[in-house]
Amino acid sequence: MSPSARSFLLHLGVIAGLFVLCFTLSDYHQGNLARIMVLATYAIGYNVLFGYTGLLSLGHAMFFAAGMYGLGLAMQYGGMSPVPAFAVGILTAAVLSVVVGVLALRTIGVAFMIVTLMFAQSVFLIILYFGTWTRGDEGFVIPQAARQVLGMDLTDPLIRYLAALLLFSSALLITARMMQVRFGRVLIAVRENEERTQMLGYDVFRHKFLAVLISGSISGAAGAAYGLLFGYVGATFASVQYSIFPLLWVLLGGAGTTIGPLVGAVFMFYLIDYSSGFTNAYMLIAGLALVLLVLFARAGIMGEVRRRWAPWLP
Amino acid sequence: MEFGPHLLLATLEGAVGAAVLALTALGLSLVFGVMRVVNVAHGEFYMLGAVVAWFVASAMSAHPAFGFMAAVLIAPAMAGLVAILADRLVLKRLHYDPEATIVATIGILYIMQQTALMTFGPEARPVAPPFNTRIPLPWLEYGENGFNLFYPWGLSTTSYKLFVIAAAAVILVSFALFLSRSRFGLIMRATQLDRETALTFGIPVERVYSLVFGLGAALAAFAAVLIVPIQQAHYLMGADPLLLSFIVVIIGGLGSLRGTVVAALLIGMSDGIISVFFSPTLAKILATLLVALVLVFRPQGLYGKKRA
Repeated sequence: MSPSARSFLLHLGVIAGLFVLCFTLSDYHQGNLARIMVLATYAIGYNVLFGYTGLLSLGHAMFFAAGMYGLGLAMQYGGMSPVPAFAVGILTAAVLSVVVGVLALRTIGVAFMIVTLMFAQSVFLIILYFGTWTRGDEGFVIPQAARQVLGMDLTDPLIRYLAALLLFSSALLITARMMQVRFGRVLIAVRENEERTQMLGYDVFRHKFLAVLISGSISGAAGAAYGLLFGYVGATFASVQYSIFPLLWVLLGGAGTTIGPLVGAVFMFYLIDYSSGFTNAYMLIAGLALVLLVLFARAGIMGEVRRRWAPWLP
Repeated sequence: MEFGPHLLLATLEGAVGAAVLALTALGLSLVFGVMRVVNVAHGEFYMLGAVVAWFVASAMSAHPAFGFMAAVLIAPAMAGLVAILADRLVLKRLHYDPEATIVATIGILYIMQQTALMTFGPEARPVAPPFNTRIPLPWLEYGENGFNLFYPWGLSTTSYKLFVIAAAAVILVSFALFLSRSRFGLIMRATQLDRETALTFGIPVERVYSLVFGLGAALAAFAAVLIVPIQQAHYLMGADPLLLSFIVVIIGGLGSLRGTVVAALLIGMSDGIISVFFSPTLAKILATLLVALVLVFRPQGLYGKKRA
């Protein structure tokens, strides 16, 4: 079987598996998995930039929050219905990624990480500053009555799960396809050796810029979906912690693998969920995981699988 | 209060902030300059200093001055040891790879913060200042009979705040002398200039790295001990000094210690003044945006040299 056929089957299998799970899982895990799929979409967006293009951003929470607030504010104050509001959310994140991309891509390495961190911090502070509308740390709730699409109630657990699955599979299939075509190959080339890619005649800046745009927009879509599906919009989602989470999920699941973000998000979510049962210091687990991963398993779970057993893994 | 006295008050508050910020940022700048490591956990060493100061001060039942003196000695030493341990266990094994160390220090940040939450608890706790006399400040006003001196209501500072400014100044000057005059200072500068050459001259670079990392953390902890009688100790208190130190180090020029101190005074004072007249959040927004733009358009900062 050719690698592309194998990866097609793998992605189809993952999506089918998630579809079947929603009828077999208990209510509690079904709710969790819906949340994880939205967060994994966020991680997929992060992975486009970090895993495939090799640019480590410490500020992706700004795109997630831009999507979330774009949708939330449009619904709350613009009185929009969910679908156009969702588009506003993605558009907000896309515009922000254009600005950040143009400015931050002038720097490389550590400076890029700090610039993204600082931009995200400014976005977080701006959200707090305009607390009258954004409700700052407290956040605001999108009422159930507003969360209806085509007569379907997005607060219904099953519909919410399927909506999350739709979002996740679109992001998964789009990025998987992207990595098979020439554009994605050039991104990987940029990650492996930027100078050589430049010398071969590729426009490195344009590719990196598009990677920021795609990554930011997917993250924004995840943020908008999170606000819509779980009905809450708040400044916490713009904080540094939410910039670190996708890094953690992607590192754990395997940077530069298509299903790594999902694997990482599932593992981390349940690890933190489990540990918060007996301690309120659950971020300790995240901290330990980060240190151990970077010390001993840089490739992450799916990266190890690819190295040992399945070199074809996309 | 009139604008003039108000401004004087804001300037004094700003100077206290600037003094503490200069020490904290100096630690971050030192670590980045010598080791090329961006220590994201720097704010947590600051927090550790404050928390240890509280433990030490509350263990001593004598006059608050004794507790404070003990904290001044113990807290920086503790922070330094923890930092050296982190360097040996984690950073050294990553061969000081810039990106990997950032991720690792983020991990260390959460480990330290959450450990403080589990041991110190979520409350904010005060440490008693060793002395705290209120000093009213005079103001000149031009009246009918020429200039006359009077003491406007509310315009005052405390002896402890003046002590903080003086102590920070003393440390900064002695650190500059230590760096330029002592043998270890020379070794640090040599390592900063050229790691390989330093190694061939028999300088134990890895040990220097450990000590520098410890020293940077100790500076942050010392700054925290100074501030903790004014602000309370809290397990999340490391975030603001970290952010401000980042801003200062970048605006001053990565790796330039002189630039760091100048920028700390600039940012600390303006942060204090903007916070009094406008809003603290606005001050921070302006500062973070400024730093991002400095990095983008003038990566060498105010005093730094162009990267080789």
